[in-house]
Amino acid sequence: MAHQSDMIRSDIYAYLKSQEEKGMLRFITCGSVDDGKSTLIGRLLWDSKMIFEDQLAALEADSKRIGTQSGAIDYALLLDGLQAEREQGITIDVAYRYFSTDKRKFIVADTPGHEQYTRNMVTGASTASVAVILIDARKGVLTQTRRHSFLVSLVGIRHVVLAINKMDLVEYTASRFHAIREEYEAFAKELSFSEVVAIPISALQGDNVLLHSDSMPWYHGPTLMEYLETIDVCDESVSKPFRMPIQWVSRPNLDFRGFCGTIASGSIRPGDQVVVAGSGITSKVARIVTMGSDLEHGQAGQSITLTMEDEIDISRGDLLSDPQSRPNCADQFEAHIVWMHEEPLLPGRSYLLKNGTSTLQVQVSSLKHKINVNTLQREPGKTLALNEIGVCNLALAKPIAVDPYRENRATGSFILIDRLTYATVGAGMIDFALRRATNIHWHQSQVSPKVRAGLKDQHPCVIWLTGLSGSGKSTIASALEQRLCEMGKHTMLLDGDNIRHGLNKDLGFTDVDRVENIRRIGEVAKLMVDAGLIVIAAFISPYRAEREMVRGLLSDESFFEIYVNTPLQECERRDAKGLYKKARSGQLPNFTGISSPYEEPTVPALRIDTSKTGVDQAVCLITDLCIKH
Amino acid sequence: MYLPMTHLRQLEAESIHIFREVAAEFENPVMLYSIGKDSSVMLRLALKAFYPAKPPFPLMHIDTTWKFKEMITFRDQMAAEYGFDLLVHTNQEGVSQGINPFEHGSALYTDIMKTEGLKQGLDKYKFDAAFGGARRDEEKSRAKERIFSFRSEQHRWDPKNQRPELWNLYNTRIRQGESIRVFPISNWTELDIWQYIHLEQIPIVPLYYAKERPVVERDGMLILLDDDRMELKQGEQVQMKSVRFRTLGCYPLTGAVESTAATLPEIIQEMLLTKTSERQGRLIDHDQAGSMEKKKQEGYF
Repeated sequence: MAHQSDMIRSDIYAYLKSQEEKGMLRFITCGSVDDGKSTLIGRLLWDSKMIFEDQLAALEADSKRIGTQSGAIDYALLLDGLQAEREQGITIDVAYRYFSTDKRKFIVADTPGHEQYTRNMVTGASTASVAVILIDARKGVLTQTRRHSFLVSLVGIRHVVLAINKMDLVEYTASRFHAIREEYEAFAKELSFSEVVAIPISALQGDNVLLHSDSMPWYHGPTLMEYLETIDVCDESVSKPFRMPIQWVSRPNLDFRGFCGTIASGSIRPGDQVVVAGSGITSKVARIVTMGSDLEHGQAGQSITLTMEDEIDISRGDLLSDPQSRPNCADQFEAHIVWMHEEPLLPGRSYLLKNGTSTLQVQVSSLKHKINVNTLQREPGKTLALNEIGVCNLALAKPIAVDPYRENRATGSFILIDRLTYATVGAGMIDFALRRATNIHWHQSQVSPKVRAGLKDQHPCVIWLTGLSGSGKSTIASALEQRLCEMGKHTMLLDGDNIRHGLNKDLGFTDVDRVENIRRIGEVAKLMVDAGLIVIAAFISPYRAEREMVRGLLSDESFFEIYVNTPLQECERRDAKGLYKKARSGQLPNFTGISSPYEEPTVPALRIDTSKTGVDQAVCLITDLCIKH
Repeated sequence: MYLPMTHLRQLEAESIHIFREVAAEFENPVMLYSIGKDSSVMLRLALKAFYPAKPPFPLMHIDTTWKFKEMITFRDQMAAEYGFDLLVHTNQEGVSQGINPFEHGSALYTDIMKTEGLKQGLDKYKFDAAFGGARRDEEKSRAKERIFSFRSEQHRWDPKNQRPELWNLYNTRIRQGESIRVFPISNWTELDIWQYIHLEQIPIVPLYYAKERPVVERDGMLILLDDDRMELKQGEQVQMKSVRFRTLGCYPLTGAVESTAATLPEIIQEMLLTKTSERQGRLIDHDQAGSMEKKKQEGYF
């Protein structure tokens, strides 16, 4: 490495001083395998002297062994990180590269142009402020150029460099460059960029990458590096209203109560008014504490600790905001969601949503439409598969404070987490809060669930029987209800078939409909528990996530999951409704146990195998558990 | 209205954010302390993240018993000075089997004393999150490592099954027995580390500074004669040379470089003018192509 080598050699102190003032820029490069993206990044690393001699030696050896440049240096090999990819010649993920010049440190998100492109590009773009979109000068604006541009715009990047590459292969002609630029600019009008700068380059030859090209005297704009070194992106978040999600409350002793967080947008000074969005409590900032000394002001991007003038209740998950410009508090909103997992998004299923520093339960209440990333057209759909993008309405378990993503990337973004596997399954960008949430107020009845239960002299609960078709759920449920009635209990039996004839007659047996089926039943069961009843629910309910969702609606002591685990062969032998026969012959698609999965409960309150346990005994076991409880 | 933040302050803020996020969302985090310069930076960042409180987690050092003596002295000094709880774990089975870097080769030795020792230490205290000081610029396989790196119950890393990381929203959920390795200085480069040490005047182990030291040339590396467990092979001679170390680890596996850089600016000057990358001084990476990736899958940091 040898930037500014003269200064490093002669006056290292002066050099270090100058380096301390250096800024930082994060950008993403987009393009497909053949656009020369890896070559461009390799070139940037190379020209900024970030490649060491031992790395160069390894690169030369690798280039000969597995390179694609017939033995010449293959810059792409510098970038392929994982062995599997090196061997298969593919990049499967986002990789981060670092290089630095005298003016700036750069972090490059390098994402593949083909496979999993949506997931990876959105991931890489989420932290970038500039996108470099590569175009092969011979090919011009392609479908994938549009797709990459759309994704970059979706993730809120405002500054785009259109790097028209391989100019050496079109004889460095100005007309070719201008034609591509004009075509792109016409298309990009529909997207929300504030700036598109087109630069003619040759990554392989180094034209207009660092230095101006002698081959293109007609081009008078900046080189790629000049642009990246000077583009101003810092204002964007600093000029916005103050927002700081509280990460951690620091209480080292009784005299100190500090609220730690990273300023998401805007700035703050001691004496400024702040409001806890949501609760509406306001106070004034007393100090901005950091190790070493207190600060006079803090700004977006800084991780700080605030103390307040008043003793107010603030905890992790709260959003400190500018009282003059408050975020939206809502429990329903519309958002763009990018799906990132092999298991599709199912509307109605409950997920965890993390926004800022708060994590809470959420359901996608409806998928309004999908967006085809190649045509940018809206398409109807019931689910989102991996790499698909949809516009959805979401309903949260309780209100949170958010901003639209286009106004604030930090407070308008969220991730979705699967409640069982804890995988990160989706990324979301909030469009706007839905007003219906704020206008519907929960009606507080004078008579509480406790009073209703007391009148009936019973502990209301849901006894949830799950298991395969023909396992004996309905038989047990019916005998159980009879037994409870004899005991003087007030009950209600909800049975799969009966519900499907009424409340849920619009639903079929696809994954999406099964989720919605159980969601509705769960809500009905909860209302009945509030009414003071003992609810017996007998449903196949094959998915763990939905049973957990119902459990989540109720308190721990009022939900009992009973797993009727009669073996499949026995259920199939009984085949009271002839369904297994139909399913086996292919007449009945999506049949649980045959062509659709059943996910066993992990810790049911009881397991009952009706091939070993009689109905009377099963009823005794359940009443012992739930009623004498 | 305000000046843009410098690159070091941006990196610092990001690291602090990560430290706080882990402290808030995990029950039992620990910081792995390897005593090197990256650990020194990590220590400073952890102190800053929670000031004026103490960081709410202990330090753990996996002691292979082959670390440089000066490292151990420095480690104990730091823990005492900043009031950290320091846990030291050694793979006692490895010790009783007499595993050492001279006779067993770097691969087996590293696996038993470092990787196994680390797993034992994490299991012993049931830590659910462990901070490490790895950086993405160190090695190619690390460029794709997440900041929150998910590990199975067996501590394995599956490069194909990692969680996407978007914005600064880290998914911290894990199931019983699973854990997360967290790398708060992922986005720092070696140069950033040195510049930050200079800017903040952070103490580092004196072995980083050049001094006359007794060394032996072996397998093309200069090995410091740190104690009498190192036996000289035929033809080897102890020489006094002005050397320093660019990375620190187990002394028999860590090559010194000849240098006269005795101050921090001189070290940085030397680094900037030098022509070989940092991990060159470590034996374990050269064993086979993709060796770091394999080690990571097995649970090495």
